[in-house]
Amino acid sequence: MKLQTASRLALLAVLELAGDPKRQRSAGEIADAYGISLNHLAKVLRDLSRAGLVEAVRGVGGGYRFCGNPKRTTLLDVIQLFETISAHAGEQTNTDEASAMEATLGLILKEIDDTVRATLQSITIDTAVKLSERSRAARDKPPNG
Amino acid sequence: MDTISTETVTIRTANATDSQAIAALDGKITGLAKPDYWRDLIERYRQRAQKRHFLVAESGGMVLGFIMGEVRAWEFGSPPCGWVFAISVEPDRRVSGVGTMLFEALCDRFRENGVATVRTMLARDDTLIMSFFRSQGMMAGPYIELEAALD
Repeated sequence: MKLQTASRLALLAVLELAGDPKRQRSAGEIADAYGISLNHLAKVLRDLSRAGLVEAVRGVGGGYRFCGNPKRTTLLDVIQLFETISAHAGEQTNTDEASAMEATLGLILKEIDDTVRATLQSITIDTAVKLSERSRAARDKPPNG
Repeated sequence: MDTISTETVTIRTANATDSQAIAALDGKITGLAKPDYWRDLIERYRQRAQKRHFLVAESGGMVLGFIMGEVRAWEFGSPPCGWVFAISVEPDRRVSGVGTMLFEALCDRFRENGVATVRTMLARDDTLIMSFFRSQGMMAGPYIELEAALD
């Protein structure tokens, strides 16, 4: 599946900040780290701040820090601030046969959507950060040790 | 060795005297009373204990939770792997590491059994337990559960 850009930026920002909640990072630092648009990221960070997931730290060396609950906030919570993950709605059809076909297609697409929702709402920020740390540790492990 | 201790919680193999507590915990969560089911299951698992594991988490003489699983081989074309069939923790003792202790203890036994993969299956809308398994590093595997009504 493909997420909208804002959702993707929001997830990257939240996971980056939640990975070290005591440290603050500027929008510029995060944009540079991931090669993403600073303007777009800044807008996303403002939306995340309004949602209470990040807070701006003023003053010298200021930036953003994660202030949500990493064990209760899920990836779906973040994504839903920017887009809707919902079942295929289908369109009105004129004949019974077309209606049955549309209903069948709707069932198939609903299966996919239900799986997507279940996955995203079962992965907390804390879990995603830990998965990333494990992945990094495995990647950095020497070949024979 | 079948016991692991931390300061307050002990993980050990379930025995017949645990069946009432296990049935009560399961009944509290599912709303279904199945005392015979749990008593028989504990007994079956004790009879073939090598690759079947039924563990309880205990503190101060009270069962806080349980986990059960076994090594299965070649079903659905899968090489031997450890399956987690059930896990349950007292609601007011959750998010305190008990579930993690139970899961890790079962995985340790699976490693001793020589398998390198642990699997489970759960309802798609059971977000709580799915979140737990994901917090233990589990991700969706290469299999899909399919079903159909038999009319």
